[in-house]
Amino acid sequence: MSQLKHVTKGFLKENPTFVLFLGLCPTLGTTGSAINGLGMGLATTAVLTLSNVFIALFSKYIPDKVRIPSFIVIIASFVTIVDLLMSAYTNTPGPHGEPSLYDNLGIFIPLIVVNCIVLGRAEAFAAKNSVLPSLLDGIGIGLGFSFALTLLGTVRELLGNGSFFGHKFIQGDGMLIFIMAPGAFLALGYLIMIMNKLKKKLANS
Amino acid sequence: MLLTLLIISLLASAAMGAVYNLTKEPIDLAKGAKKTLAIQRVAPAFDNHPGEENFSVAADGDSVYFYIARKGNDTVGYAAETFSNKAFGGTLKLLVGFSPDGTINDIAVLEHKETPGLGDKMTKAKSDWSYQFNGKNPGNYKLQVKKDGGDVDAITASTITSRAYCDAVQRAYDALKKGGKQ
Repeated sequence: MSQLKHVTKGFLKENPTFVLFLGLCPTLGTTGSAINGLGMGLATTAVLTLSNVFIALFSKYIPDKVRIPSFIVIIASFVTIVDLLMSAYTNTPGPHGEPSLYDNLGIFIPLIVVNCIVLGRAEAFAAKNSVLPSLLDGIGIGLGFSFALTLLGTVRELLGNGSFFGHKFIQGDGMLIFIMAPGAFLALGYLIMIMNKLKKKLANS
Repeated sequence: MLLTLLIISLLASAAMGAVYNLTKEPIDLAKGAKKTLAIQRVAPAFDNHPGEENFSVAADGDSVYFYIARKGNDTVGYAAETFSNKAFGGTLKLLVGFSPDGTINDIAVLEHKETPGLGDKMTKAKSDWSYQFNGKNPGNYKLQVKKDGGDVDAITASTITSRAYCDAVQRAYDALKKGGKQ
C-alpha cells in the first residue's frame, strides 16, 4: 500500500507540469488538441517507465563517471523504439485527410530524449531506488504528465476550436488564440493558478 | 568504466535493431497506405499503385513529384506533390490531381503552417474555398488572385495564403507541362 504513493504523487503533489514545471517545451508545443496532448503524454509515460525500470536495474553496475552517458543511451533507445512503433501504428490519417497522430506530434517524439522529466526521474529517483518503486514512479509521473497535457489540450481545444476530443459542438471557429502559441501560455498560467488554489484547499482541510 | 558503457550501448543497439526489423514492414505499409489515400482524394479513379510509379521534375531549387494514376493501360491522370515558399508561415505543400491534359481534378493540402481561422480556410475541413479550382485548366485559367489580375477569388484576409496556394498549383502545372509526357 505504501508503494501506491509513488503512483498518486504524480497527479497533484509532484505533478511535473503544474508543480515541478518540467518538460514545458512539449507541454506548450503539443497541446493544441486534447488527443495530441494525450498521445504525447502516453508516449512520454512509456519512455519514462521503461527507462526508469532499466536504470534501476543497472544503476549499481554503472560507474559514476559514465552515469549520465549511460542513462542517455538507455533513454534514447527507448525513445527510438517508441518513435518506430508510433510511426508504424499511429500513422493513419483521419477520414477527411486530417494529419495522423504521428504527423501531429512530429518532432516532439524524438525530442522526448531531451525532456528533462525523463532524465530528472532517472537521476533523482531510479538511480537511488529499486526496480518496483522506480516502475511505479515512472507510471505515476508519466500519468501525471499525461493528465496535465490532456487537461491543457482539452481546455485549449474547447476554447480555441469549440470541440471536445475532435467532436465539434459549435459552428465555425472558437477563440483561435488558444490553439496558437500565446494561448498555450495563457491556458497553462490559468491552470497552474487553479491547481495552486486546489492544493492550498487540500492542505488546509 | 568504458566496458560498462560499451555493453550498454551494444545492448541498446541490439534492442533497437530488433524493433527496427519488426516495425519495418508496418511502417512501409502505413506510409504506402497514406500516400495511396492522399492520391485517391485528388486523382481520377485508378487501379494501379501510383505510389510506386513516380517521377520528379526539378523546380525552383526543389522538385515536384508526380505519381501516375493508370486504369488498365491508360494514364488517367497525375497527382503532383508541389510546394510554395511564399506562404505566410513556412512551406506550403499541396497534392494536386491533374487529368492528362492538365485540367485540375482536385487539390489536397499536405502540410501548412498558416494561421488557424484565416489561412487554414484553404483546407477542405475549414471551407469550400479550394473547390473553385476543380475542373479548371491553368492553360486558360489565370492562377492568380483577382487583386493581381487573375481568376482566383482570394480567401478574405488571407491574400498571402491564397497567392502561395496559386503559386504551388502553378508550379505543379508548369512541371507537368515540362516533364509530364514521360
